[in-house]
This record gives sequence, structure tokens and C-alpha cells, in this order.
Amino acid sequence: MKRRTVLLAASGVLCAVAFAIMWRPSLRETTGTPIPADAATIARGARVVAQGDCIVCHTAREGTSYAGGYGLKTPFGTIYSTNITPDAATGIGRWSVDAFRRALRHGVSRDGHFLYPAFPYVHYTRMADADIDDAYAFLMSRRPVDAPPRKNELPLLFRLRPSLAFWNLLFLKSGAVPAGRGVVERGRYLAEGAGHCASCHTPLDFIGGEEHGKPYDGATVDGWDAPPLNRLDSATRPWTQGQLVDYLSTGVASEHGAAAGPMRPVVDNLSKLPRADVEAIASYVLSLQKPRGVRNDTPVNPSMPAGYAEGASLFAGGCAGCHEPSAPMMAMEGRPSLDMATSIHADTPRNAIQTIVNGIGLPDEPGVSVYMPSFDDALSNRDIANLLVYLRVRFGKKEPWRATNKIIEEVGKDGSAPP
Amino acid sequence: MIELRVNGVLHQVEAGPETPLLYVLRNDLRMNGAKFGCGMGQCGACTVIVQGKPVFSCVTPLSSIGAREVVTIEGLGTLAHPSPLQASFIAHQAAQCGYCISGMIMRAQALLAANPHPDEATIREHMEPNLCRCGTHMRILAAIRVVAAGEHA
Repeated sequence: MKRRTVLLAASGVLCAVAFAIMWRPSLRETTGTPIPADAATIARGARVVAQGDCIVCHTAREGTSYAGGYGLKTPFGTIYSTNITPDAATGIGRWSVDAFRRALRHGVSRDGHFLYPAFPYVHYTRMADADIDDAYAFLMSRRPVDAPPRKNELPLLFRLRPSLAFWNLLFLKSGAVPAGRGVVERGRYLAEGAGHCASCHTPLDFIGGEEHGKPYDGATVDGWDAPPLNRLDSATRPWTQGQLVDYLSTGVASEHGAAAGPMRPVVDNLSKLPRADVEAIASYVLSLQKPRGVRNDTPVNPSMPAGYAEGASLFAGGCAGCHEPSAPMMAMEGRPSLDMATSIHADTPRNAIQTIVNGIGLPDEPGVSVYMPSFDDALSNRDIANLLVYLRVRFGKKEPWRATNKIIEEVGKDGSAPP
Repeated sequence: MIELRVNGVLHQVEAGPETPLLYVLRNDLRMNGAKFGCGMGQCGACTVIVQGKPVFSCVTPLSSIGAREVVTIEGLGTLAHPSPLQASFIAHQAAQCGYCISGMIMRAQALLAANPHPDEATIREHMEPNLCRCGTHMRILAAIRVVAAGEHA
């Protein structure tokens, strides 16, 4: 009898604890008529929203800004971003500022359901209240768009949102982390908070949390390598503050190359920020450098490896018109020679393959006119492999990459050129 | 000698493997439909179809073609018997200076062969890489639209 009482009590306590961990209240709906904010607040909010890259994930391809519907491909399935315009029925029009703060700080929606960590609240939680409130005012000043959320494509197991509470216990340290003094500290605040750089540049563990002890070690995101940010000064040509600011604010660094893939929309956003913000982020990123190890980039001179001659032909016919150092294009807008390109010196050929297969699209807005056509339909997988041998040896002065075929297949499997 | 199949005919071409396909078509095979525009894969005047896909022939090395079938505008129709798409371009007077038109037709042809009835958004997205400096895009789109709808020009 006594044992049963103890068991009952224990399970009662367990239930209460589980309930406390997994249950969040719904917050009161507002009338749906946003309280208009003054122009200065909205302008500050626009800056915060650009710092946070909100528009990148909350806008579908060809869709209306902030109306959601962009599919984030995660290892667990595709998660569609939500509508963060102030539409009362399908957006955040009935969200109070308290509900908005709770979403950014704790990853909980207004009605109390847990948000997926694809929404980087583990970083947004570090933002100051004032910044969050300004971002709210800016978003609430947008035109409401009727855009119902798309259904996520996730296996049943991951559709049980209350279980995210346990993920949060592991990965969410909620609360603002105000900026300290100085440029580097301001950069830390921006990069660790709104900028959420680590979401892509830190490897994720098997449940999608940033791996402890490996901040900024680099990771693979959306089929692209997000390079390590803590080895920038041990690159073949070490990054400088000026180069990094150029890269982040214009998308081109004259000694490293152009932003492409998922980084392209990020620099489009950063280009809208005051230069001081970008300079702060660059200063912080450069402060992350690990002590230089033994540099293993003594130029090698491999004697014509297999594929080199074929690659040289392909380069002459397909690439040299723009990339040969003597090509007229090389004199424009600070394009670096391929012997400086980050993607040629990288540990894996992934970003070089992505660039060859998909090209670099024209920018949405006039500005830096970096562009490269896609070679997906022109080159076969074998052509690409041969081209990589040539690029790596001629321009990288390094041994050819290994296992290129596997990555070419991964990147090009939606493509059409014959294998 | 490199073998190259163009418009159903097998040619023996005396050109280096690095030669861009456009140069082979124009200089060696005397097919001057495809045009040299920018030489950098940015304008589309050189577009031809390789194994069903539109490619910029100015940046496509001969060695990458292999056994794939190349179709140029010379393979679509003749002056007396234009293809439906060519007839529609003529009916809509889609050409001003005409330099981009062969590339426009070949890009559109690749789409219509794979998807005979594309919707407006698909047509526009597909045609996006090809430029016309005269600005006849509206007529070009109208010409394609008619064929996509299955109507005769």
C-alpha cells in the first residue's frame, strides 16, 4: 500500500515536471490592428531585421517579402518558413510585442506551440529587448499579405512539437547578452545574436544542435560548404579586415572571390547595413582565429595527373574567356584570379562544383554584377571531374581533390547532363 | 578529327577539343544561325540545343559534346517550310535587328519539346537567360505563347 502511494506520487511529480517543460500558454491575441510606430523606430527596426537576415528565410522564391513559404531543407525534412507580415489571419498581425519577444527568446509561437530550431531563436535570444521591439515595429509596418503557412514535410516523429522542449533544454540558453564595449564586442553581439553566423558555420550534431566545442569550425549547408570562420588567417592568402568588410558588404573580395550559394542573400542583406555594423562583424570574426597550425600549403607540382589534359581543354573552351588571367573580364570590379579563389583552395571541391553546376545568378538589385552561367547542361560529370583536376593543380598548386565524383553526383543529381 | 552530330548528320570536324561549339558550327560547318554575342554565356545569342537542353555554345567546348545530338536553327525548318515556332516568330514580327532571334527560338524550342504547353510563368522563367537589346521581348513571348497554346500562328 505504501509502495503504491510512493509510486503514484512519483509519477504525479514526473507528470507535473513533464507538463511544466512541455507546456507553454497561448498569449492573448491583439485586435490585429497594429499600433503605428514612428519613422525612427521603423528605421531602427529595418536595420535590426537586415542584421538578422529575416527576409532570406521568410520569403519564398519569387514570393512577397516576409510572407514566408521558403523551404529549408534540413536533414530531418523540409520546414517551410512562416508569414511574418502583419496579416491578422495568416501572419503575425495578432501578435503582441510580448508574443514576438517570446518567439525570439524562447522559440515559442503566440499560441504556445514550439517553433522548430530552424528558426534561429538560440541566437535571437541574445538580442537586446530594444532591438527585438524595433524589429517588431518594422515588421508590423509592412503590408499585410494573405499567405497561409505551407505544411512542413517531416516524418511523424518530428511533428511532435512538445518534444522540442527537451531539445531546448540541451541547446537554448535564453536571455539577452548585451554588447560590451568596443568594436569587437559590438561585432560579437551582432554575429552571435541577430546575425546567427554560427547557424551555418558551426557543425550540427545528429539532432540538429550546434556542436559544443566546435564553434565556427565550418559545416555543409544546402549542398554548399560554409567555410570555417576560425581559420581565415591561415588561408593561403590570409584574410584581412578590409577584405572581409568588402566581402560582407559587396559580395566580392578581390583576393578571395565572390559570395555564392546561401551566402549570396546574406551579403545582399549586409550591404544594406551601415558600414560600422559590417566592420564590427568583420572585427569579431577575425578575433575568432585559432592559432595557426602547421601550414600545409607548400605548392606542389604534380606531373600532369589523370584528367589534367582534358581539363585544360575544357577550361580553354569554356572558362578561359572570363577566367584566364589575360581575359578582359579579369580587369573588372576586382575579380580575383582563380589562383586566389577560396573555392579552389578549399578542403573539398563542393563549392567549386556548385559554382560550375549552378553558376552564380544575377543579383536581384543592381550593384556588383558578378555572374556566371550554369554549366549543368553543357558539361558531363566526367568533364566536371577533369576540370576540377586542372583547376586544383594549375591554380591551387595542390594535389587534386579526392572523392570528387561522389560530390558531383550529390550536387548534380537534379541536373541533366549525362553522368 | 572529332565526330560531331548536328541536325541528324554526322560530321568529322578538324578542330581542337577545346574549340567552343559555336566556332565549330560557324567556321567549320558554315552554319551561321547561331550568333556570337558576348562570348561569355551571358546573352544567349549562341544558344543551340544539345541533347534536348539549351546551352550557350560559345562556352561549350567541343570535347564536352561527345555523342550528344546538337540541334541548331538550321535543323528546325527552311525558308519554304518554317517550323511552327519559326512561323510564329515571323507572324509576330518578333525580330527587330534579329541578332538574338536564333538563340531565342532555340531556347524556346527546347522548352516546347520537353513541355508542349508551358504556362506563362514557365515560359518567362525559361527564356530569362536570353537577352534582346532591341527590346522585342513582348513579341518574342507572344510568338512562343501561341505555339504553347497549340494554336497556329
